Amino acid sequence: MILVWLILIPFLGGLLSWQAERWSEHAPRWIALGTMLFVLVISIFLWLTGDFSLPVDGNSQWLLEWRAPWIPRFGIEIHLALDGLSLILVALTGFLGTLAVLCSWREIVQRVGFFHLNLLFILGGVVGVFLALDLFLFFLFWEMMLVPMYFLIALWGHSGSPGQTRIRAATRFFIYTQASGLLMLVAILALVFVHFSNTGELSFSYDALRGTDVPEPLAFWLMLGFFVAFAVKLPVVPFHGWLPDAHAQAPTAGSVDLAGILLKTAAYGIIRFALPLFPEQSEAFAPVAMTLGLVGIIYGAVLACGQQDIKRLIAYTSISHMGFVLIALYSGSELAIQGAIILMVAHAFSSAGLFILSGQLYERIHSRDMRVMGGLWSRIPVLPGFTLCFVAASLGMPITANFVGEFMILFGTFPGAPVVVVIASVGLVLAAIYSLLLMQRVHYGPEYRTGPLKGPDAREYGMMLTLLALTIAVGLYPQPLLDTTAAVSAPIAELFTGGADLAARAGEVN
Amino acid sequence: MLTLESLIAILPLIIVATTAVVVMLGIAWQRHHAVTALVTAGGLVLALLSVPVASGALSSPPLMTMDGLAIMGSVLVLLCALVTVALSHHYLTGYIGPREEFYLLLLCAVTGALGLVASDHLATLFISLELLSMPLYGMLAYSFRAERSLEAGIKYLVLSAAATAFLLFGMALIYARTGRMDLAGLAAGLAATPDPWTLAGAVLMVVGLGFKLSIVPFHLWTPDVYQGGPAPATIFLATVSKLAVFLVLLRLIMVAPIFDSEWLRSLFTMLALITMLGGNLLALFQPNLKRLLGYSSIAHFGYLLVAIVVGGQLAVETTGVYLITYLVTTLAAFGVVTMVSSPFGGEDAAGLHHYRGLFWRRPWLAAVMTVSFLSLAGIPLTAGFIGKFYVIALGVSDARWWLVGSIVAGSAIGLFYYLRVMVTLYMPEPGMRRRDAVHDWGSRVGGLTLMVVAVLILVIGVYPGPVIDWVVGLSGVS
Repeated sequence: MILVWLILIPFLGGLLSWQAERWSEHAPRWIALGTMLFVLVISIFLWLTGDFSLPVDGNSQWLLEWRAPWIPRFGIEIHLALDGLSLILVALTGFLGTLAVLCSWREIVQRVGFFHLNLLFILGGVVGVFLALDLFLFFLFWEMMLVPMYFLIALWGHSGSPGQTRIRAATRFFIYTQASGLLMLVAILALVFVHFSNTGELSFSYDALRGTDVPEPLAFWLMLGFFVAFAVKLPVVPFHGWLPDAHAQAPTAGSVDLAGILLKTAAYGIIRFALPLFPEQSEAFAPVAMTLGLVGIIYGAVLACGQQDIKRLIAYTSISHMGFVLIALYSGSELAIQGAIILMVAHAFSSAGLFILSGQLYERIHSRDMRVMGGLWSRIPVLPGFTLCFVAASLGMPITANFVGEFMILFGTFPGAPVVVVIASVGLVLAAIYSLLLMQRVHYGPEYRTGPLKGPDAREYGMMLTLLALTIAVGLYPQPLLDTTAAVSAPIAELFTGGADLAARAGEVN
Repeated sequence: MLTLESLIAILPLIIVATTAVVVMLGIAWQRHHAVTALVTAGGLVLALLSVPVASGALSSPPLMTMDGLAIMGSVLVLLCALVTVALSHHYLTGYIGPREEFYLLLLCAVTGALGLVASDHLATLFISLELLSMPLYGMLAYSFRAERSLEAGIKYLVLSAAATAFLLFGMALIYARTGRMDLAGLAAGLAATPDPWTLAGAVLMVVGLGFKLSIVPFHLWTPDVYQGGPAPATIFLATVSKLAVFLVLLRLIMVAPIFDSEWLRSLFTMLALITMLGGNLLALFQPNLKRLLGYSSIAHFGYLLVAIVVGGQLAVETTGVYLITYLVTTLAAFGVVTMVSSPFGGEDAAGLHHYRGLFWRRPWLAAVMTVSFLSLAGIPLTAGFIGKFYVIALGVSDARWWLVGSIVAGSAIGLFYYLRVMVTLYMPEPGMRRRDAVHDWGSRVGGLTLMVVAVLILVIGVYPGPVIDWVVGLSGVS
């Protein structure tokens, strides 16, 4: 039942803060903050009390499970389950949700109640995605979180250059993800009907569908249906068109959610659904996926170097980082998959930090254009220092969590695909270039204007310090995260026939 | 033979027809708007209550059948008509001319629709269809002082007459080959291999019915008529008329083997493809909300044609569920248009600019609109998603990948204009005075009905179990 509450709390909190607007302007903010902290506290409580060791035979792989019939005609259930991976991502959602509320404290002054309704509905939908185990339910949450995100970008976003309005960006985001989502729905339905014709049982249950014997050419197409849906959201390069605009036009809270959590739903979807449902097809597809990942790494990094808009730059770095995640997921190595999970968490921290920082810059100089920045180090106290820290995290400096993640990914993938790793390492160099470019253009160099600007207040200080502390903590001691997700990533790695062997070899090197 | 038992079977139809007579006499005696509306609604409720009695009847009257499909159709027709009446009352209070005849026309059309869903014979089919269409001409041209309304009525009259001619010609051809006009007889007579004449007859009938359903390429009247007709008349056209005609088409496909030929199936596949894509593409940049909804309904019937292509038990179920979701959604969307345009004052408020910033003036009305548009777009947790889910499931189960692909493409295109309308509702309000719903819209009968419909969209979206069970129960009979 606690799983149901994890999903319901954000929705109820959202409705409450919508109505709370009539009491005072700040009431919705406090309610939203309380709601997200509540989610965070519950998930941390679950983490502290949970047992994440590898399941012994016969034991359920789920830490918590809850199911109830929903649409019996199609065998659809409300089936929620929690394991180490979902727990970490739910906790991350709670944490970044709290930050999203905090960072829009000053930025959003119009229609505060409705803003927080949308924000909390997104977060509720994301929690639902991480917990749903029935494929119908998963799809439902997957699509449902788009609507509030659309409103967030379209109503509270910034309009960028002429012709690039926020509504256009929001519409593009929505159509990309919805259309690819429908492809996934088709794939889900086809899988269900194949299962039905095999066994005579109509079911959307993950456990039932996992062992489905799908005839060969069809199975490949179905795998592709899932992959495309996740690839759009991750994003993988030919499907990334929505991301830079959506990020650039979104309000800070929207960017934080988008980069921090929404992109992670795609990686989660690959780990949870695309790989286990179609192991053989995925293995055959792995070279293509890895190549796409490589293209993403290089493409994202190169384009990031040429951006003028600070948020677009960060958006392109996301593409680059997610390329690493994609390579790791298809490497079939336990080490790399664990690295991908660490990188997901690390990227959530570092990109959220950078987006919040650029939001704070925007509040001070009312621009995101790097051509009108420069020399800010001497004008704003403290913030440039934080920027330097997060930029260092983003380029994968040791002692930050990003370093651990990228290192594990490259290390784990190397035995299986050395060429890929060599090329991917080039991405690290490019990462250093774009990160330092960002730092140089914004904070060093000649001053564009003069005069001191306001330093961070306690709220901004608090957010930054927490993020930084977490980044370094995970960077120094990632073991708790690894312990939590070991039970998840080991079976995934074993899905690839060569995987077990690779993992053993990687272990030797270790 | 016509027995008492078979009269009971068509009790809803009799009650509605009687109500029409009562309303007519009442108008002749003394005009009173509220009482007329009340009597109309009362008659419809009574007919609705008599449906369970009718479904218990053992025999059907000649030329008609009261099977599960007919019962489902009757219930839906009556419910939609009730909502239309509730919305009409507020709308017509501002009308200068005689208001009461609108209800008379509506009752006549409902009688036709009830006959149509139960028709088991080409003669009843034709008579009912005409009984449904004739009053619609009057309803569409009801505010005849407005140029567009008159245009809509005449346009629909002329094109509908042409379509009727096609239908009749098709029936004549089939009759000439088989010598039978009841559907069971047709099935028996056509069991042999189809020859060109029967095939031509079938195609002509499809053209006639396709016109009423505004399937591309017979859709040209739709936007003009939707735009011109008074909002309640458009609601009736978009819901009751389309619903009844589609059920007849489905019945024909199910019963008569001639409609089951592979050749005709590919024809339907083609029609479905161009209807889905055409409807959605035409709506893309439409600034007029009523026209946009017209195009959107074209696209929706494109999706529904998948059921006709596939056929079989699941197709009937899909049709039922999809029609229900389509009806509640359309009622809500047009209901908001009606509310904003009420009371009547010349042309309806259909331009998209009237709705700019509606959320900040009338939050609940805008919420209803948002829910209905989300449902039209097929977003989860609304009724529209359940319908879309059914259609895609049907296409996938029969491995019709072309159709499935174009449903996906159509939905993606459709999103563009649905989102455009939705975001307009939330845009900052311009300083100009716009037409607006009256302040107490929510406490009026029409407003309350609208809220109920909107809640229904969400309820069906979240918990579709009961609706699905109801449809499964009824579709099993036929």
